[in-house]
Amino acid sequence: MGMTMTQKILAAHANLSKVEAGQLIEADLDLVLGNDITSPVAIHEIEKMKVDGVFHKDKIALVMDHFVPNKDIKSAEHCKCVREFACKNDITNYFDVGQMGIEHALLPEKGLCIAGDCIIGADSHTCTYGALGAFSTGVGSTDMAAGMATGKAWFKVPSAIKVELIGKPSEYISGKDVILHLIGEIGVDGALYRSLEFTGEGVKNLSMDDRLCICNMAIEAGAKNGIFPVDDITLKYIKEHSSREPKVYEADADAEYDETITIDLSVLKSTVAFPHLPENTRTIDEVGDISIDQVVIGSCTNGRFEDLAMADKILKGNKVADNVRCIIIPGTQNIYLEALEAGFIRDFIEAGAVVSTPTCGPCLGGYMGILASKEKCVSTTNRNFVGRMGAVDSEIYLASPAVAAASALTGKISGPM
Amino acid sequence: MKAAKGRVFRFGDNIDTDVIIPARYLNSSDPKELATHCMEDIDKNFVNNVSAGDIIVANKNFGCGSSREHAPIAIKAAGVSCVIAETFARIFYRNAINIGLPIIECKEAADDIKEGDIVNVDFDSGVITNETTGKTYQGQAFPEFMQKIIASEGLVNYINNK
Ligand code: SF4
Repeated sequence: MGMTMTQKILAAHANLSKVEAGQLIEADLDLVLGNDITSPVAIHEIEKMKVDGVFHKDKIALVMDHFVPNKDIKSAEHCKCVREFACKNDITNYFDVGQMGIEHALLPEKGLCIAGDCIIGADSHTCTYGALGAFSTGVGSTDMAAGMATGKAWFKVPSAIKVELIGKPSEYISGKDVILHLIGEIGVDGALYRSLEFTGEGVKNLSMDDRLCICNMAIEAGAKNGIFPVDDITLKYIKEHSSREPKVYEADADAEYDETITIDLSVLKSTVAFPHLPENTRTIDEVGDISIDQVVIGSCTNGRFEDLAMADKILKGNKVADNVRCIIIPGTQNIYLEALEAGFIRDFIEAGAVVSTPTCGPCLGGYMGILASKEKCVSTTNRNFVGRMGAVDSEIYLASPAVAAASALTGKISGPM
Repeated sequence: MKAAKGRVFRFGDNIDTDVIIPARYLNSSDPKELATHCMEDIDKNFVNNVSAGDIIVANKNFGCGSSREHAPIAIKAAGVSCVIAETFARIFYRNAINIGLPIIECKEAADDIKEGDIVNVDFDSGVITNETTGKTYQGQAFPEFMQKIIASEGLVNYINNK
């Protein structure tokens, strides 16, 4: 019996010729990631370990993104702790205000994640890098500390669900609709402990930004990782962003999958996840009349250039509805600059939206757009849990940038015209 | 190894890390402070009612959502001795083991046990005993190396002892 793509990457990093689902292995890591919330806890733990510094100063990435520029004294102290650790250990990939971006938008752009890599990050959306053909998964701070100290992590080899993509999505349908549709089908624990391996002729019709968005939300189906096969789009992206040589792994023809799910991209409709779980999906024609108070376009799910381009296409020359706050947050400094050069920022401001410096901010209810009691928000982020963006009785509706922008104009949840 | 015994607090499916410890408190990483907000968004009285040794019982996908280790840390620091659930979200599962919070998967126990029951968990055998009703359940025992991590009170000590 053959191996899945994920199993092949894990086997290679555990120096084994073969692994099977359920096997416990110890794998070598190509990158260990942490942010301003999880790194301080990991630093505290590594200080308790009897180790001499970190395993590799180039293979650790520390990104200050959740509460920066610092929202209060405690967050400032956390960043200071990470900054001092980075300095002391001479960490190459430390990204602070001025160079930072939201970690999962930033690291691919910096060329730090490429095909064939084995990556852990103390952030659940570390699964994003599967879009580039890497195995990457979220862990906690103690795992991050052990990873920074030893360059290794333990894993239980996952089984997989095969997601066969066919057809071509229509104009306003993006990666977000694909993944919301899938989570709606299988539920928030539908892929628990397993890999989501995307495949099929439809893959070529999804851009790298679409794939990053899809893998980003694999965790919202409970998956250990999401992963795409490596094709010309992947190789081109990696070449443009990294000087390292990618390693291409393919699933064996006789790899075993727990199940196969087929998604026809050509018939997908704009999809919205209702409060308070990403699995509560409805297509745009089933949404009904829901007035909103706020729109957020950004995050590690949808703060990339194509997302802003889609928002611009819809907002340009129009006005955000009265009583709606529309907050747009480019994912990285570079995306911000590209949006500026493309004229999007002017269009957004003229439409009555605000544009923020890159930050996670409202996505996790940090700052920059917290909801009051009973307020409703259409957001391109990835979680709509109780209280995620503010008051416990506020409501988050997850959607694509196209739906978010269209809703900002009408003041209710709307599809793009 | 050890066993846990305590009074049960019941929760349902998909208890996410945002309700276990809301992000607005993540500007702290002090276990004691985190414990004072444990479960706040789903049960305001939890922290006032919980006492050392108590047990959480929940259904599917406990701990889904963010990777914040603050979630099992808050639960452990609140005094909870064990979490029993039908299934755990995978990052929560790792984190709990890595920080030394015992957790055990058992569908029958998760379906049956009621709020306020007194429950006993034997970590070595995976046997869960409901002392209130007298029923026993066989939970999934940990693989050996995970038992070692828990016995060392977490991954850090485990690495140091290796
Ligand atoms: S944007 Fe949101 S989901 Fe992404 S890393 Fe930041 S807080 Fe987490």
